[in-house]
This record gives sequence, structure tokens and C-alpha cells, in this order.
Amino acid sequence: MSRFLLIVRRDLRIAFRQGGDSSMAVVFFVLAVVLFPLGVGPEANVLARISSGVIWVTALLATMLSLELLFQADYEDGSLELLALAPLPLETVVLAKCLANWLLIGLPLLVAAPLLAVLLHMSAAGFATLALAMALGTPTLILIGALGAALTVGARRGGVLLSLLVLPLFVPVLIFGVAAVDHAIAGLEARPLLLALAGLLLAALALTPWASAAALRQALE
Amino acid sequence: MKRVMHRFATPAQFLRLSAAILPWSAGLTVVLFAVGLYLALIGSPPDYQQGESVRIMYVHVPAAWMAVFVYAVMAAASAVALIWRHPLAYVAARASAPIGACFTFIALATGSLWGKPMWGAWWVWDARLTSVLILFFLYLGYIALMNAFEDQTRGERAAAILALAGAVNLPIIHWSVEWWNTLHQPASMARLGGPTIHGSLLAPLMVMALAFGAYFVTVLLLRIRSELVARKVRAIRLVRVQAAEEARLTRQARHAEA
Repeated sequence: MSRFLLIVRRDLRIAFRQGGDSSMAVVFFVLAVVLFPLGVGPEANVLARISSGVIWVTALLATMLSLELLFQADYEDGSLELLALAPLPLETVVLAKCLANWLLIGLPLLVAAPLLAVLLHMSAAGFATLALAMALGTPTLILIGALGAALTVGARRGGVLLSLLVLPLFVPVLIFGVAAVDHAIAGLEARPLLLALAGLLLAALALTPWASAAALRQALE
Repeated sequence: MKRVMHRFATPAQFLRLSAAILPWSAGLTVVLFAVGLYLALIGSPPDYQQGESVRIMYVHVPAAWMAVFVYAVMAAASAVALIWRHPLAYVAARASAPIGACFTFIALATGSLWGKPMWGAWWVWDARLTSVLILFFLYLGYIALMNAFEDQTRGERAAAILALAGAVNLPIIHWSVEWWNTLHQPASMARLGGPTIHGSLLAPLMVMALAFGAYFVTVLLLRIRSELVARKVRAIRLVRVQAAEEARLTRQARHAEA
């Protein structure tokens, strides 16, 4: 456990020392959402109608873009090999890195989302559900994105490739995330959809670390 | 299991076996397509509701079945490749991906052609269309990842892991999309209480499905064979380049001595 926390601390410390890099995700998130009213027009009812979808799609893109380099720096300076040789299983290392990245990327998105909901005239009934759905959905996105990042370590043109690998796998999270918020706004029961999101998170927690670790191992061979 | 696999699935054995199978599967493909297309285009009655455009279904439905089936083949080959590190399994997975992507594209294109007169739109965001579209992107991602590395084996292993992740995810994607929106007519073949499709339409459909299956086997064998040959050529070239390089070095060394 202490080793797990050491890796989390290491990643957080690197991110803070570099400064700015991880906050780019949330800046992208805000900027991309702000572009939508400019694109579709400022009518409040149109914006309210599309608000949940816009926020979720942009959150998807923001997570994906920020995960591109999740393992790349460690791979290039060789610390990934040391992590793989460490007594901690590589699966746990992947989980630790995902947790660190959720704190760096997921949490700021979570904080920014209700703010953007206000900008898009979302009905106040959806705010709590939006926050809850994002809290359940963003870790899943990061876990799946980590698999994509592990697969593309050392690849040519990693960025575009990552989007092709990861975005189709994001679809269930997007569907249930948007549906939960829309149900809450319409006054329907959002609980089953939140439970579905929680189920996706548990499945991702149980399965993706194995796949990511396998991908990293074959990258290091 | 392992012994049987290693006895029958060495590349040399495969080349011999596939050479024996190929003429038969190719012939079967031609015959089945001839019969199936005749039945589908001429021999079967037009549908009382859909008219002549029902004939699109005879291409569309088998293509959609094959799209899913080929992904299953690819995932199974990838699993075998990852577990037993069998070289032929990597080649098989690699060879099926473009075929599956083509079947998926055919299913999407014919579905769109059928949708225009039936639904009045080229594209409708209904559940099955959307999940087939996502399947198409999964194929594209697999092919892109396969070719994204300098080192071929590296790409193959990464793509195999992706194929398995996709196979786990595909049912989840399908159900979530299904839940999201269902406008497509419900499945009329795989239902409790037998198919709801009339016999005169079912016969050509089944023949066409078999024709697509035979076509897949033929093209898969051809692609695996050509990939094996390409590898041999690459290996020979590599040896030649190395030999030439060594010869150059010894010549240089002798020159320096003299």
C-alpha cells in the first residue's frame, strides 16, 4: 500500500513541478464548451437541451488528450522499466498512475463541470446528478484511456491513433452519463443510470489494469 | 491441445494444407455466389411491403453477420496468439482484420442504400446502425495500431491486446447503444419461436450467408499464405543485406591491413 501511495505521490509531484501541463486538460474542457454557444447560437433553450451532451463529449475529449503521454515520459527515460522490475505488480502501478491522473485531470473536470452547466443554462435539477455522474464516469474514462496509452507507448503518431483506439470504448460511459443527467433534468429517476455508471467503473477497475499491464510488458520486451 | 496445434499449425504445414483447401473453398464460393445471387436477384419474389428493395437485404444481412463473426475470429486468434505465442495465430488475426472491416463497410453502405427508400434518410441514428459503425471504428483502430510500430511483432502484440479489449467491450457497447435508441426493426432471425421471415426469402438469404462464409475462408487463407511468403522474402532480404554488410566489412579490414 505504501508503495502504491509512493507512486501516486511521485506522479503528483512530477506534475506539480512541471506546472501547467495537467491544468491544460481543464482549460481545453472550458474552452471547447465555450465554443459551442458561439457555434450553435445563444438561445437559452437550445443550449439547455444540448448542455449535458456537450459537457460529456468535451470531458471525453479532454481526458483522452491528457492521457496521451501517461506512460510516454516514463518509457523514454527508462523509469517504466524500473517500475516493471519493482516488487509491486505492474497492474498496481497502472492503478496508481490512474489514481494520480484522476486527481490531476478528473477532479478539475469535476469541479469545472457545474460551472459550465450554468453557462449552458442547464436546469439546476441536473447539477447534483452531473457532478455525481462525472465522479463515477471520469475514473472509467481514465482507466480505459490508460489502456490506450499503454498500447501506443512508442508508436508513431500516437495522438491520433489513441483517439481511434479509445473513443469507441468510451461510448457506454458517454451514453449512461448523458442519460443520467437528462433523466434528472426531466424529473425522472436517475439512480439506475448512476448504478450502471458505477458498474462500468467497477468492471473497468477489475479488467483494464490487467490489459494495460500486459500492453506495457510487451512494450518493454 | 498444444501438441495438436503445434503439429498442424506450423507455417510449412499450413502452406501445404491451405494449398489443398483453397481450390475447393474458392470453387464453393463461386458456386454459392452464383446460386445465391440468382435466387436473391431473380428467383425470389419482391416483398409485399418493401418491393424490390428487399433484395438489398440479401447482401446487407450476411455482411453484417460476417462483420461480427470476423471480429470473433480475430479476437479468438489474438487470444491464441497471446496465450501460446503462436506465430500463425498472429498472422491469422492480422489477415482477418481488413476483411472484417470490408464486411462492416459493406453492411453500412448497403444499409444506407436500403434506408433511403425505406426510412427516407441515408442515415438514421438507430441502435444497430450505430453499433455497427462503432464496430467499424474498432476495426480501423486495430489496423492502425497494427501498423503503428517500426517493429512488426510489437504492433501485432499490441493489436492482439486491443482486439481482446474490444471483444470484452463490444457487448457492453452494443447493449448500451441498444438501450440508447431502438428504431430499427427488431431482429427477425434469431428469435424465440422461429424466424419470422418467409421461406421464399429465407432460402436465398441462407445461401448468400454461406457464400459470404466461403468467401471469407478463401480470402483469409490467401491472405495468410501471402503474408507468410512476404515474411520469408523479408527474412531472405535481411540475410542478404547482412551478408553483404559483413563482406564489405571484411574487405575494408583487409584493405586496412594492406
